[in-house]
Amino acid sequence: MKRVVITGAGTINALGHDVAETLEAMREGRCGIAELDVRDADRLSVNIGAQVKGFSSEGLFNRQQMALYDRFTQFALVAAREAISQSGLTFAGELAHKTGAILGNSGGGMTTIDENYRSVYEEGKNRVHPFVVPKLMNNAAASHVSMEFNLKGPTFTVSSACASSNHAMAQAFQMVRTGMSPAMITGGSESMLCFGGVKAWEGMRVMSKSGCRPFSANRNGMVQGEGAGIFVFEELEHAKKRGAEILAEVVGFAMSSDASDIVMPSKQGAARAISGALKDARLNPEDVQYINAHGTGTAANDKTESAAVADVFGRHADEVMISSTKAMHGHLIGGTGAVELLACIMALRDGVVAPTINYEEPDPECALDVVPNEAREVQVEVALSNAFAFGGLNAVMALRRI
Amino acid sequence: MSDIKQKVVEIIAEQAVLEPSDVKMESTLEDLGIDSLGLVESIFAIEEAFDIQVPFNANDPQESDFDISDVASIVAGVEKLVKEQNS
Repeated sequence: MKRVVITGAGTINALGHDVAETLEAMREGRCGIAELDVRDADRLSVNIGAQVKGFSSEGLFNRQQMALYDRFTQFALVAAREAISQSGLTFAGELAHKTGAILGNSGGGMTTIDENYRSVYEEGKNRVHPFVVPKLMNNAAASHVSMEFNLKGPTFTVSSACASSNHAMAQAFQMVRTGMSPAMITGGSESMLCFGGVKAWEGMRVMSKSGCRPFSANRNGMVQGEGAGIFVFEELEHAKKRGAEILAEVVGFAMSSDASDIVMPSKQGAARAISGALKDARLNPEDVQYINAHGTGTAANDKTESAAVADVFGRHADEVMISSTKAMHGHLIGGTGAVELLACIMALRDGVVAPTINYEEPDPECALDVVPNEAREVQVEVALSNAFAFGGLNAVMALRRI
Repeated sequence: MSDIKQKVVEIIAEQAVLEPSDVKMESTLEDLGIDSLGLVESIFAIEEAFDIQVPFNANDPQESDFDISDVASIVAGVEKLVKEQNS
């Protein structure tokens, strides 16, 4: 088994257009949630979201590319450029043949779908642009990343709703660990903040109209975000040999399925994924100082997740810090685990634990150290990142300081 | 039986896969075997049938401004919303 390290990180999300801006916002506990700026917002009953502001594709992509890139693909490319440039890798020959991009995504090109449904249904047009299909397909982002960086190895998209990114990263990790690939590009992206995307989520009645308050007794739902997080996972010796800067080590993962309900989470399913990741990484519960929670801010998730953590960690549950950064960057659905991995890297590398902001009232059903409202300086050696999706699909990653 | 009451009972009965006559005013959704997904579907059907907006957040059914404790309270809530809609 090979050891796997992260040698590049990139992001764009409501907190910032790169990793530095995002981590600064997390340290300061800044909130990226604001009033939604989307067409026909007056017909939405949920009017808030964590949108990427001030993003323009002008100058980043040429006209031909822009005609092919939905917003979720653009986000993935911007984040991939940052991550791969930081890693210093260029892909040619053998390395190009073995390296691929495995990215998480849930909704595909929702903006493209939304705009084109409007034109055929609302405006009654009988013709759409020829690139609608290649723009909206879920694998568009992974394919364009592979094309831009000459990645000719295993490349595909993983779609498991809110756990997509964690499932994708777990798969990439496994490929590097088993020696299939010396490096993999992985993470995820999402952009559902368009009229149809928000409307669909409204229907579930789990969205908050006022804000995202994970673990707080007065929480009343999730708030959607958008963006991407992309990483370079590389075999340790490969990275060392070329003198690459190492951000953190990925030491384990586990996945599980609740096999019970399409939307209600299960404590057992979550607990099995958490304890499975510890076992895979050969860690004891006491080794873990920080957990980046799934922490959606819904009544159901936060109490179930707290109970699962209490079950797995026993007495150590009172010592472990657990925060949900979704209160800041919103829920990026298929991209969320990737952006949240940044909080784990910050804890391991910079010794700063991102807070759960908007924490107003303790909830006895979530009685853990949720790092309320202010970031904390603590040197973290081991961190976990939880993702528990609709459909009962769970994926947990374990990382270590290096 | 008022039209509203009858329609609400029909919607709930359909969700519970029961005959409308089996839905009693004092039945709770739990009695009828309607889970959280069934509940949001029923509320959607009610909104569509009466062209109203039901203030309901699945995160906090107790805090929502719409009482779902039994069929009678749901009927009363819908009657109130329909009345407000028409006034």
